[in-house]
Amino acid sequence: MNSYSLTRSNFKDIFDRLSAEYRLFGPKRLAGRGRFSDTDLITCDFLADIDELEFEEKSFMSPKSVVFPADETTFVFNEEEFKEPLMRDQREIIVFLRPCDINGFARLDKIFLENGDRVDPYYQRRRQKIHFFMIECSSSFENCFCVAMQSNHTDNYAVALRFDKESIEIQIRNDHFNRFFESFGTKSAFTPEFVKEDAVKVELPDNDEMPAEIFNHQMWSEYDQRCIACGRCNTSCVTCTCFSTVDIFYPDSRTCGERRRVWDGCHLDGFTEMAGGHSFRKNKGDRMRFKTLHKIYDFRKRFGFDMCVGCGRCDDVCPEYISFSSCINKLGSTLKGEKA
Amino acid sequence: MIDNPYRPFAAEIIELRRETSAEFTMKVKAGADFCPGQFFQVSLPKIGEAPISVSSFGPDFIEFTIRAVGTLTNALHEYRVGDRIFIRGPYGHGFPVDKFRDRDLLIVAGGSGLAPVRPLIQKSLAGELGIRSLKLIIGFKNSEGILFSQQIEEWAKKSDLTLTIDKAEPGWSGKTGLVTEHIKKFPKDNLKNLEAVVVGPTMMMKFSTAELVLLGLKEEQIWVSFERLMSCGIGKCGHCKIDYTYVCVDGPVLNYPHASRLID
Repeated sequence: MNSYSLTRSNFKDIFDRLSAEYRLFGPKRLAGRGRFSDTDLITCDFLADIDELEFEEKSFMSPKSVVFPADETTFVFNEEEFKEPLMRDQREIIVFLRPCDINGFARLDKIFLENGDRVDPYYQRRRQKIHFFMIECSSSFENCFCVAMQSNHTDNYAVALRFDKESIEIQIRNDHFNRFFESFGTKSAFTPEFVKEDAVKVELPDNDEMPAEIFNHQMWSEYDQRCIACGRCNTSCVTCTCFSTVDIFYPDSRTCGERRRVWDGCHLDGFTEMAGGHSFRKNKGDRMRFKTLHKIYDFRKRFGFDMCVGCGRCDDVCPEYISFSSCINKLGSTLKGEKA
Repeated sequence: MIDNPYRPFAAEIIELRRETSAEFTMKVKAGADFCPGQFFQVSLPKIGEAPISVSSFGPDFIEFTIRAVGTLTNALHEYRVGDRIFIRGPYGHGFPVDKFRDRDLLIVAGGSGLAPVRPLIQKSLAGELGIRSLKLIIGFKNSEGILFSQQIEEWAKKSDLTLTIDKAEPGWSGKTGLVTEHIKKFPKDNLKNLEAVVVGPTMMMKFSTAELVLLGLKEEQIWVSFERLMSCGIGKCGHCKIDYTYVCVDGPVLNYPHASRLID
């Protein structure tokens, strides 16, 4: 493992050299695109230039879109056959992201590569090209509770980066990347640090079995009114993997079209609706219960660790100011028989 | 992509049969050897994809019995013999036929729930599953809704079959009453060697399984099959998840101790 100290201009050169071989993605500020007037949106997007990398703030959208785009053509079809679209750009991918998001990928991997003993080929063909460039968190952001979810720490990165005022400190775990850095910068002893404490405290229920009363508990009814089923918590979440399949076709063609998969979410209307109109979880509170238990209980029951990584994006983006961390704590109190 | 589980293949329609005013059976040409209770993702380009259970199969055909109530099923209704539909599968865990060997089997089916158990009935009666005896309780809302009526007559000759409609109606000389009333009449002796399968609408399954437990059957002796919205059929899309269970890969057939504890 090598560590280097770089200047800003060193890093710009390295970024350009990396860009020639890889496609780079990371937090990117879109000016004026925020949800209130005169605010920016920080999303995860393709980075054409180092100046586009937003390394100070937390992104609203997670890096899951790099492996699992919001909509993706799975097939082009005519009346005879279904054909997969090629992945035109075959370059490997570098993603700048934070420790919680790297841990988020381990959750995505469980669903897309393992669940049901089948590999999702669309996910896999991107996933196997990805290298993580981890941005160190010097301190916790608003709404973060990664420490409680044990996702504040990871060793799963190719390169770790600390953006200081003057310099950029890096540590290389994947020697393959040495060649980009060794001719720049000076050797150092840098090792990344990880957040040890979040302002938001969460006590996780550790029940192996959730009592049946919890599913119908009145604690969820609060969300019947508050939640407006916009699904932002689902779309911003790094671990939400649900999708729906839709066929689209072109007005000028009688025979050709595309089958696409698009993000879907358990908070959205229609998520469980079957032919004939029967659906489950009509109340928003039931959807909140479904999501909460999935994130901190039933995923663990199936895969051995919790799904939620405590990035707090669901709290950041909720237009109704619903706090997921508070919800977990309320569930914990309810389980202990306290008044939530 | 060499191994793309989402890629459907074309299957030619070789026979269409009207079952009731709302339901029809579509027989397609496709090589198939799988387990009764499994399902396929059926799709039409430009319309979409949906899970449909198999209502019969053989070495070179698969049948789907379809109720035209959704976007896809309504579009399928327009298709004719010689047309091609697209399918992928089979998916999921079907009925545990190995566990049924040398056992007495009771099948309780309600309405369109008869479709997914039909291959189980056919294979049982053909002696392919090594089942000791077969008893059937089949219920429909009314006589107009009866599926596979000719086959039911044939099954009645070879098994202990109760066909019932919910309420008496003019011209109906057969049995009436909900399936639960007929479960109540089931002989309580020799329950130890019994396995029970219950498939039908949610409420019918809820009360039928409760009735079987009251009868004295252990929960482990009861099997149900679930129906949920699915987009992928292979444990990825999340629509059919209940608690830690994915209906598409863990089910659709589930043992009752498992199924009864799942809350949507």
